[in-house]
Amino acid sequence: MTRADSNTSTDYVDLAIIGSGPAGMAAAIDAAELGLRVAVIDEQPLPGGQIYRQVSQPALQDRSVLGPDYYYGESLVKQFSTAAIERIGNASVWEASANHLCLTRDGRSHQLHFKTLLLATGAQERPVPFPGWTTPGVMTCGAAQIMLKSSGLAPAEPVVIAGSGPLLLLVACQLLRAGIRIEALLETTPAANYRDALKALAGAVSGWRYLLKGARLMAELKRGGVNRRSGITNLRALADNQGKLDRISYHHRGREHQLACRTLLVHQGVVPNVQLSRALGIDHHWDELQQCWRPGIDRWGASSTANIFMAGDGGGIGGALVAELQGRIAALAIAAQRKQLSDSERDARAAPLQRELERQLAIRPFLDRLYRPAPAFLRPADETLVCRCEEVTAGEIRRIAREGCAGPNQAKAFSRAGMGPCQGRLCGLTVSQLMAEAREVPVSEVGYYRIRSPIKPITLGELAAMAAPTNPVKAARKSAQKG
Amino acid sequence: MASDSAFKRLPANPAAVVNIWVEGQPITARAGESVAAAVLAAGLGPTRTTPVSAAPRAPYCMMGVCFECLMEIDGQPNSQGCMTQVSEGMQVRFQQGAREPLENAS
Repeated sequence: MTRADSNTSTDYVDLAIIGSGPAGMAAAIDAAELGLRVAVIDEQPLPGGQIYRQVSQPALQDRSVLGPDYYYGESLVKQFSTAAIERIGNASVWEASANHLCLTRDGRSHQLHFKTLLLATGAQERPVPFPGWTTPGVMTCGAAQIMLKSSGLAPAEPVVIAGSGPLLLLVACQLLRAGIRIEALLETTPAANYRDALKALAGAVSGWRYLLKGARLMAELKRGGVNRRSGITNLRALADNQGKLDRISYHHRGREHQLACRTLLVHQGVVPNVQLSRALGIDHHWDELQQCWRPGIDRWGASSTANIFMAGDGGGIGGALVAELQGRIAALAIAAQRKQLSDSERDARAAPLQRELERQLAIRPFLDRLYRPAPAFLRPADETLVCRCEEVTAGEIRRIAREGCAGPNQAKAFSRAGMGPCQGRLCGLTVSQLMAEAREVPVSEVGYYRIRSPIKPITLGELAAMAAPTNPVKAARKSAQKG
Repeated sequence: MASDSAFKRLPANPAAVVNIWVEGQPITARAGESVAAAVLAAGLGPTRTTPVSAAPRAPYCMMGVCFECLMEIDGQPNSQGCMTQVSEGMQVRFQQGAREPLENAS
């Protein structure tokens, strides 16, 4: 299943792109066409990112389950797969600098040198801490979607879906179409969000296509007889005597309810995956509206480091179509920087893309206000585990902050929060927010964990073997022949 | 094999069958899918207990972010089950309790 069908054999490229979702694929296609030598590295064997995961070999027979927005990715993947691009699949980048990166593939590490780097590492789901969220049987909506796409697998019934955001409705509809019974769809969107979102109605009107999609999903859920409840609070997952999810409890209109379930799918929106951009030392600022960190990039995707660009959700959440446009815009800027294109030609080509980008982004202020997570998911109650790896509670983080712990980096020493294998991916946002709350200062002042490489696990043996540099493209080809 | 907590296989496009061993039990998987998906389809798990309190855990994000699906795969401990594709004859073990640093260093 390896994909490394390249036609050159070098460990030096003009442009290295990390991630082959819509942003990475679009950028690679255009940059290759503009004469750049491009390599794209992705953790998955097949291109597509999470949004178009395995779209070239979809598992599900029934195309109506995932719907046209998923299969839209087919043509992009096809173009990407036939362009003159070095595709390095099944590879994780564990370190990057301004001129080279280290990747691990089949248990071996390699270096790749580049002139320009484009991070297209996408989004991750926002961590959703609540009591019991570590219980086996609790998963994310994104996880359920990935299993539909790559394995044709649906979660064990009974299924409850809880949280907030467009993906919540989409996954509910997709499971419904697959014939899965959804016991309840519990929306945690605070009532005040609806009023707040109205302030951004102008943008919503120009982004009416997205609104229409949302309305259609809601109508579909209604037709499917899904029990949909809004204004849910106090969500809690409860385990049986084997420790597996057995039921959930929640409050609705001031009363506690319980529901038996085997799978609880949770979701509170997506946030940029900033692991690599942070490890590279790119500036990040706190986005109050989206309640997440975003890297500082200009309208071309250029970061504070001259030859490092970003495109797609990793630079701020915009969705798949926005990511594709940003990828194309970044490719133009990079080609111009590498003198493959004059600045005026770059501007002329970018203009229609920028206009379309604005049109696609018009809905964001409305969505960001509407689906801003309830405070209980951003700064959970004391008993809630915040760091899943090291099992540190919200109460512990609050306590150390009150006792003088200044920020997340010091919190590691105080509590071990953020020191487990996920390297803060699932607790970083929460720890920063809890500490800001306890210290009564803005989140930006508290900051975030300092992310250091290796940002993906490698063995010491692998690191030692790297002393003799090998060629990732050749190695990829070799293992493709083997497999 | 399938328990009441097994994930359901929906009608799928044809793919090769891959046989793997999980905790000594033979299970069948779909070529191209992840170890974590195959384990969930077989209804097996929890897939590990934590080093801190021995609490049970299972795959959570399925995209390499959460590291909850760490398993011993073909003798390599702390492998991400959701980022590892199944291959014929693969041996998968669930990790219990504390990590063993000496084994990890190999």
